[in-house]
Amino acid sequence: MKKLINDPEDVVRESVQGFGHAHDDILTVFEEPPFVIARKDAPVAGKVALVSGGGSGHEPLHGGFVGRGMLDAAVPGPVFTSPTPDPILAATKAVDSGAGVVHIVKNYTGDVLNFETAADLALAEGIEVETVLVDDDVAVKDSLYTAGRRGVAGTMLVEKIAGAAAERGDDLAAVAEIGRRVNANTRSMGLALAPCTVPHAGEPSFTLDETEVEIGIGIHGEPGRERIAIESADALTDRLLEPILEDLPIASGDDVLVLVNGMGGTPQSELYIVYRRVAEVLAERGISVTRKIVGNYVTSLEMQGASVTLLKLDAEMTELYDAPVHTAALRWGL
Amino acid sequence: MAGVLDTAATVSWIRAIGAVIAEQEQHLTTLDRTIGDGDHGANMRRGFAAVTEKLDGEFADPEEVLKTVATTLISTVGGASGPLYGTAFLKGSMAVKGRAELDGAGVAAFIRGAADGVKARGKAEAGDKTMVDAWLPAAEAAEAAAADGADAQAVLSAAAAAARKGAEETEPIVARKGRASYLGERAIGHRDPGAESTAFILGAAE
Repeated sequence: MKKLINDPEDVVRESVQGFGHAHDDILTVFEEPPFVIARKDAPVAGKVALVSGGGSGHEPLHGGFVGRGMLDAAVPGPVFTSPTPDPILAATKAVDSGAGVVHIVKNYTGDVLNFETAADLALAEGIEVETVLVDDDVAVKDSLYTAGRRGVAGTMLVEKIAGAAAERGDDLAAVAEIGRRVNANTRSMGLALAPCTVPHAGEPSFTLDETEVEIGIGIHGEPGRERIAIESADALTDRLLEPILEDLPIASGDDVLVLVNGMGGTPQSELYIVYRRVAEVLAERGISVTRKIVGNYVTSLEMQGASVTLLKLDAEMTELYDAPVHTAALRWGL
Repeated sequence: MAGVLDTAATVSWIRAIGAVIAEQEQHLTTLDRTIGDGDHGANMRRGFAAVTEKLDGEFADPEEVLKTVATTLISTVGGASGPLYGTAFLKGSMAVKGRAELDGAGVAAFIRGAADGVKARGKAEAGDKTMVDAWLPAAEAAEAAAADGADAQAVLSAAAAAARKGAEETEPIVARKGRASYLGERAIGHRDPGAESTAFILGAAE
């Protein structure tokens, strides 16, 4: 394992500390309980607060989305491991203005159980919590026989749009409702060309030989639908788009947002090759791409790979997506 | 271990769990890397190291020891295992509330409380390839042994043997809960790391 780290045990703490220093104009890092990243001006009077979190290693998710117009706090756990209820509760208390708190939780057993426990504890302290579960990954086929679809890159769209709804003054139920609406209209699918190595594990999470690609990869390196021999970027992109278009109720004339997301180790230039093909296929089908974003937003450490996310937009979601945001990873209109 | 688990013997058992988990960290990580995300060993080691630090305190009865284990695991383990093992020890401790020492029936009550707690919290059933596949047979074996008049040590041994067998039996099946469920048939042939750590916990006193 060759990584730009000091000690594997200190990776999350030192990274979060550095992140806090680098973005001290918009956020504050609390180290006790470890760790809470909160918007600098939290709690914002009268505003519903948004808290998200999960295992570290997906940066810029979630800390990179803390700031005006998006999250009020993020709770980074150990690498690929959900945070415990204590910091989630601490974050919830730190940002609640009295208007209630929305927890945005990616659908993984660990995240769900720890956020559930924290929400129970918050309720016991008189804080109203609504939970929005994100499960946009179409790679998981039959949710009857699994823990259900996973939350992947679509999470950032839920955070952006629900964050904007909270910022304009929507109440708790309304912010949660639009978060759930975004999730219901979002589908994602990813692939990996090369694995990542969790620092404290020291070895790659899985192995792929020079000619293999894992289709339907999760954001923790957990295997997906199938392992195939490498193909052209266009053919691989089609493999990601096909299950999304099969699952998302979308027709000619609809508006979509396209997110082409890198897994951390794929150059931006390759992500644009993927985007090029997505745009081509959607144009053939008469679907208008009215919003698009391409970059490394929901990553798996240094994994080489990409995911494609489509969000079927309506006028309100579009307006909220366009609303001003000022975070470490996304900034426009401010 | 003695025929009954008094407060001191309960503390000793928990210490023994900490030692076994530390010893087996790499083994648990390897199992979890195969069908999960490779963090189970490190998370359990971190959790039981924090538990062990708290064992130097004063405890009124076994329930208080077990409840301390529960709250410490919830706040230190993370992942799915934190809330699940935390719930196991919490519900198990509630099942032995008011007992100054645990005889065979007391140990069986603890294990039954823990097993039902894990099952409810994780919404898993027998055969889903989770730690429930170790906890449920352990509870049944413990109750059967206690009904035959076995002492604390013998009940725990019976539970440990059943948990070990249950963990082994997770190998040929597909997972329906947890991260391994995403693998479908590819999970076949691999043991569930949570069932394995449950077997270590129940077998630590031996």
